[in-house]
Amino acid sequence: MLSVITTVAIIAVLIKETVGFFTMADHPEISVWSFFTGTEWSPLLGAKPLFGVLPLVCGTLLVTVIAGLFAMPVGLLTAIYLSEYASQRVRTNLKSVLEILAGVPTVVYGFFALTFITPFVLQPLWSGFGTYNAMAAGIAVGIMILPIVCSLSEDALRAVPQSLRDGAYALGSTKFDVTIKVVVPAGLSGVVAAFLLALTRAIGETMIVALAAGGLAQLTVDPSAQVQTMTAYMVQIFLGDAPAGGVEYRSSYAVAFTLFLITFVMTWTGAIILKRYREEYD
Amino acid sequence: MLGKPISQSKKMRLNRMLMIGCLAATTIAVLVLSALLVSIAIEGTSSLSWSFLTSFASRKPSQAGILAPLMGSVWVCTICAVVAIPVGISTAIYLEEFARRSRVKRLIQLNISNLSGVPSIVYGILALVAFVRFFGIRPSDEPWTFGNSQSIWYLQIPFGPSVIAGGLTLALVVLPIMIISSQEALRAVPPSLRQAALALGSTQWQVVWRVTLPAALPTMMTGAILSMSRAIGEAAPLLVIGGFLLVFQTPANLMSDFTVLPLQIFNWSGRPQADFHKIAAAAILVQLVVLLAFNSIAIIIRQKLQRPLQS
Amino acid sequence: MNDHSLPGTTMDQPTTTPHSPHSPHHGASASAGGASGAASAANISTPATIAIEMRNFSAWYSKNQVLHAIDLDIAAKQVCALIGPSGCGKSTLLRWLNRMNDTIAGARATGGLSLHGAALLDASLDVVDLRRRVGMVFQKPNPFPKSIFDNVAFGPRLHRVYSRTDLEELVEQSLRASALWDEVKDRLTSSALGLSGGQQQRLCIARAIAVGPELLLMDEPCSALDPRSTASIEELIRELRATYTIVIVTHNMQQASRVSDATAFFYEGKLIETGPTDVLFTAPKERRTEDYVTGRFG
Repeated sequence: MLSVITTVAIIAVLIKETVGFFTMADHPEISVWSFFTGTEWSPLLGAKPLFGVLPLVCGTLLVTVIAGLFAMPVGLLTAIYLSEYASQRVRTNLKSVLEILAGVPTVVYGFFALTFITPFVLQPLWSGFGTYNAMAAGIAVGIMILPIVCSLSEDALRAVPQSLRDGAYALGSTKFDVTIKVVVPAGLSGVVAAFLLALTRAIGETMIVALAAGGLAQLTVDPSAQVQTMTAYMVQIFLGDAPAGGVEYRSSYAVAFTLFLITFVMTWTGAIILKRYREEYD
Repeated sequence: MLGKPISQSKKMRLNRMLMIGCLAATTIAVLVLSALLVSIAIEGTSSLSWSFLTSFASRKPSQAGILAPLMGSVWVCTICAVVAIPVGISTAIYLEEFARRSRVKRLIQLNISNLSGVPSIVYGILALVAFVRFFGIRPSDEPWTFGNSQSIWYLQIPFGPSVIAGGLTLALVVLPIMIISSQEALRAVPPSLRQAALALGSTQWQVVWRVTLPAALPTMMTGAILSMSRAIGEAAPLLVIGGFLLVFQTPANLMSDFTVLPLQIFNWSGRPQADFHKIAAAAILVQLVVLLAFNSIAIIIRQKLQRPLQS
Repeated sequence: MNDHSLPGTTMDQPTTTPHSPHSPHHGASASAGGASGAASAANISTPATIAIEMRNFSAWYSKNQVLHAIDLDIAAKQVCALIGPSGCGKSTLLRWLNRMNDTIAGARATGGLSLHGAALLDASLDVVDLRRRVGMVFQKPNPFPKSIFDNVAFGPRLHRVYSRTDLEELVEQSLRASALWDEVKDRLTSSALGLSGGQQQRLCIARAIAVGPELLLMDEPCSALDPRSTASIEELIRELRATYTIVIVTHNMQQASRVSDATAFFYEGKLIETGPTDVLFTAPKERRTEDYVTGRFG
């Protein structure tokens, strides 16, 4: 019951503030349409602040995509290793480590991005990386979600019954055949659900991007550039001194609402997929 | 025979490639995570000292300490635990043991799992309006007050950016996870136990209180500890509700300003001077030690107290 | 798979060896390539080609010895039933015939074991190819969560590259041979998990024969099925005998007598007696055999 109240409350508050944002009388140029499709975002600068949300969404997407490109392959392959190749001892040890890692505060990854990834990994590779760049944040977010991807995928793969593997071996499969052609397809729903969950966490991640990605909202796909994500923007507003009823303040509510929508849809999709995967073995 | 044969060497090649790929990925994962730990350890260990733990933040990195955020974390997390654990467990009990299978229940269930995916910063925003501002029913410069400001239990409504608001915010973040893990703990209790109790003539409430709950308790405690360890590390929602980045005293009562360890780390990490990075690393080490302690307790509980429920 | 950890008690040695005492085949080396011309060994039936030869074959799971010095010949293109009480090692024996025990840590074997002349315990044996030549059907039907077509086509696709039409032909042939074609020909792309238990088992048989094996191993294939499906599978086995050598493990003695040409009775890891099925069931030589087939124990 409480949860329903909470959901309703979240939605109510966000709607109230967002509506308030869009109906500010003294900024008639702001409309829902221009919010969702406008490509410039500079609410705090200039005489005519602009409120197109796309640069923020783009920043979030850029960081998330980098994170996903790192975490999904590495996570899945590690999960395959743990489930199909590793001995029992290695598996339990590594799983405990993964469990602990899943609890590391995200500021730690942000710190790592700022003080290690950028100066020692990225900048030696190419001098075009500034102190704040999307790549470092993306990699750090990827490292953050790696334990989730790995742990949940491994659960999904282990849930595939041994009888299927036996059947495949009896037909003359190599381990490659069994793993790639039988086990992974059989566990696919669980793996996809794991990916979705991890990406949802990545999208909602705040501290890493606030520390390492920068504060300049721009519409770009250049990983060496600064970007600002939706979450980082909200941090910026709340850290600052914007007045409680002001435009900038309400804009962060609108951003929060957008963020909430995106993650809600993703979680919903993940739950549906997961339900389907649970039914397959009954 | 129809078709062209696939050579044995090709099969062996694919086989080997897969194994190498998996090993490479695992190695990368382990290496990256080790790099994380090692780099932080290198930066931070030099600054760790007793005075670090017991002094307050200051403008000079060499004199700064984490007493305020440490205590803030303790206060906030205690409040969070006190609220979230009972509410979470009772909601789980209600959902698992008493609620009928209906569309409403499924809706609630779906709700809870959706909520667990919401970014924590959004909870911060909700908490800002609900707890800190109390939906605007009372302006914050003329609060209703309860008790006197000398005691711990001093309360003001609206809460303002205080410890209690922080604790409640974290409770919101942690609640869905608590509920889900408690539900799974309850589900793991074999139905034969419940049926045996019912057959002896217990009411449903007695079954829950005397049989199911004790059986599920170790798993629930593990879940609670893991939820709390997540709570200790949360920074974003607390930032939103006004956990200040620079606080010079430990909380004195429920209305005090506060900061928590992750926020302090955030603050110091964001400074350009390298010295601040050093103490940020040291603070991270403290945070990690706390995290490890929590996890170890959870693992120990899981191993020792979890007697098998079926022989 | 079944864990055949037998207690260490030894029974008194069987007083008759399973085949004529003049057999010279007691080579103990692991790579004893049995000559297929062992016509002098008393075969289980009229002298046909021998498909499987076992000489002094023993098997262990870690420290437990599960099979003791088995000497057995199995003739080609016949059905041989392995019977015996639970835990006597018959499933283990079956799994050694296609080296499935390789997937179990701690499983090892010594002695002579050969299939049409190829030594199965040889370290250099291509196990993948062996498993192509030997098909296996399991106790509980285990179709892959794929379409019916993809299930049957899975095996062939592992070993050869086919054109689409060739593959469709192969799938149809296999489904016809396992008496499933008429029931599924209109829904080849639907999921195999939607079939009934008996149909799934026939699908597994089709899947196994699609790779064109010489030998079919069946581990209690009907024990999870209802009587009607059991009957249809038994009929299928009788038909398949014309093309394949079949070794079937079964708990059900009536099934063994219905379906098989020859039977081997195992007890606590030892081969007690073998012979043509009708002889074994009506006039067994061994006391223990007689006790088992008449239901005095088991």
